[in-house]
Amino acid sequence: MSAMAFPPWAVWLMLLGLAAFAGMIALSIRRNRGIRRTLFAFPYGLWIVVFTLIPLLLIGYYAFTDRSGAFTLDNFRTFWDSNFEMRKQMLDMGFDPADLGIARGNVNMDTLIYSLWMAFLCTLICLAMGYPAALFMADRNFKLGSTLVVLFIIPMWMNFLLRTIAWMSLLEDNGLINTLLGALGLPRMQLMYNSRAVLLGMVYNYLPFMVFPIYNALSKQDPKLSEAAMDLGANAALTFFKVTLPLSLPGVISGITMVFMPSVTTFFIPRVLGGGNTEMFGDLIERTFLSADNWNVGSALSLIMMVLILLSLTTLRKFDPEGEGGTMI
Amino acid sequence: MQERPRLINLENISKEYDGVRVLSDINLYIRKNEFVTLLGPSGCGKTTTLRIIGGFERATTGRVLFDGQDITDLPPYKRKVNTVFQKYALFPHLNVYENIAFGLKVAKRPRDEIRRKVEKMLALVNLRSYGKRSVESLSGGQQQRIAIARALVNEPEVLLLDEPLGALDLKLRQEMQLELKRMQQMLGITFIYVTHDQEEALTMSDIIVVMKDGYIQQIGTPKDVYDEPKSAFVANFIGQSNIIRGEMVHDCLVNFCGADFPCVDKGFGSNAPVDVLIRPEDLQIVPEDEGRLKGIVRSVLFKGVHYEMIIDSGAMRFKVHSTVMQPEGSTVGLDVIPFNIHIMKPMPKEETQFEEATQSEEETA
Repeated sequence: MSAMAFPPWAVWLMLLGLAAFAGMIALSIRRNRGIRRTLFAFPYGLWIVVFTLIPLLLIGYYAFTDRSGAFTLDNFRTFWDSNFEMRKQMLDMGFDPADLGIARGNVNMDTLIYSLWMAFLCTLICLAMGYPAALFMADRNFKLGSTLVVLFIIPMWMNFLLRTIAWMSLLEDNGLINTLLGALGLPRMQLMYNSRAVLLGMVYNYLPFMVFPIYNALSKQDPKLSEAAMDLGANAALTFFKVTLPLSLPGVISGITMVFMPSVTTFFIPRVLGGGNTEMFGDLIERTFLSADNWNVGSALSLIMMVLILLSLTTLRKFDPEGEGGTMI
Repeated sequence: MQERPRLINLENISKEYDGVRVLSDINLYIRKNEFVTLLGPSGCGKTTTLRIIGGFERATTGRVLFDGQDITDLPPYKRKVNTVFQKYALFPHLNVYENIAFGLKVAKRPRDEIRRKVEKMLALVNLRSYGKRSVESLSGGQQQRIAIARALVNEPEVLLLDEPLGALDLKLRQEMQLELKRMQQMLGITFIYVTHDQEEALTMSDIIVVMKDGYIQQIGTPKDVYDEPKSAFVANFIGQSNIIRGEMVHDCLVNFCGADFPCVDKGFGSNAPVDVLIRPEDLQIVPEDEGRLKGIVRSVLFKGVHYEMIIDSGAMRFKVHSTVMQPEGSTVGLDVIPFNIHIMKPMPKEETQFEEATQSEEETA
């Protein structure tokens, strides 16, 4: 059993939620004299309470308490200074950490910045690759369009972990690509265990989330609009930049959101394809929870991540106020 | 009408989609400042013809000449024509002003010239203070006028209109018909107008091109195609009509429904089978013994300015329009003056049968 345990009130809260849920069902059946459509909404309500609201409350609780359950902000200080706890212990024991050569630790901050940078790159590459693909797929005159749609969907039928591991067998030192290079008499290359491999894995996994919202926005567009632009004297390039592109922006915003969000929180991919120095924030949170067994700091890191994502989403929503591209939240 | 120079020439145009022929043998010329209507039922190829002129479709065979120059392979943005699209195709991300200014901006006109011309256009279509409005906030009729303004501001030599009034209600449509005609005469621009509404075609056009199944059936003035239709199809499509199988006894005498009728048509030969066209308003109801034909009134419908009566005479069922009502079940005489009998070459049987042409049901007096 881990050192961390659910606080007793969390268990009570969950039981209370279940009781309230049962009560509401009973009340609804009684008031409506039978089963009404609104009843079908309750399972979703229960789902949200049990799997979203209560865990969120728990994360908030852990983030602002120490192991004994007392209120503290030390977990957030640990984010700014990964050596905070160690330095604090030393101070408590009467040593000056500086004398022992223990300075502020930047690991957590650096990991966050690295994650944001990687997510930014991944989103940029996905956009650069995804937009032309979506453009082809949505083009009515391009006969292979629907085939391309299927090609993008098929890999998504496979598990995400499996897909990532498959890349390993391609990229590793004795993998398919290097074997091929060797057979051709070319020098083998170090393809894995670096940021590029991680980026490749991310782009590969998240590209469809960029392509489909854009494809959706483009294929919904009335082809008469580009005809109208051409009719008014715009050539193909002008038609694209003045009509097709601006009208597909909601899809682009949606695609950016759908790629950036999971990119920032990416985990597992860096562990499989990256080396030791490519840890991303998702891995850090996982490691803090599971290896370091520190739910308090882990929760604080998760909260920071969440706030960052919410901030970037609200910024993006400014560009797509009607949520036409299907932006989440 | 005085002879004007030919502006657009379609020569032997045909069009196939995946081996299916939708246009055949289209030969058509359009003169400067003419209002030409392509009229026909849906699927007759009228829109395809318009799209070939606009450059959105390429003809499978044939040439398109503009002012004597071959523009068959010219892309739409290099043609001196502008289009008003069926559902307007206004740019939803631009406001009214920007929509109208689109063509001028693309042509890189100076800013004050753009402003002046757009303001003028807004005035022309009676939407003076609407520049800042979003196009989606406008009614169908207003959007329609913006679409026209957006095309006209580029001062095209030819304006193509693809069923532009189709989405409007009847009253607004009739107003816009007059409005369009007024604009066309004022601006001196050639209009090529596509519609399936025969009344619209008759009201506005200088020339009507009746099409069916990818072929041109008849080209003529509204009066020509109404009074002298070349086939039963044209007769039925434009206005209501009674089409009767008959026999040309000799020049100026035709026999149908068992009676001889003097007429004014010649050159069909003697004892030759023909189709006889009589418009419902041209059949006269006379006392029982005074008509060449006798019939029983089967039904009477009040249509506003006239009654529409179905009168059976022998095996033939006539549609008759008259301001005087005859009671149902009464026996009446029917007659027609020679000038109102129109003789046509016979068409295949299925097309000559008396049919309630759905298009003509829309006809209101």
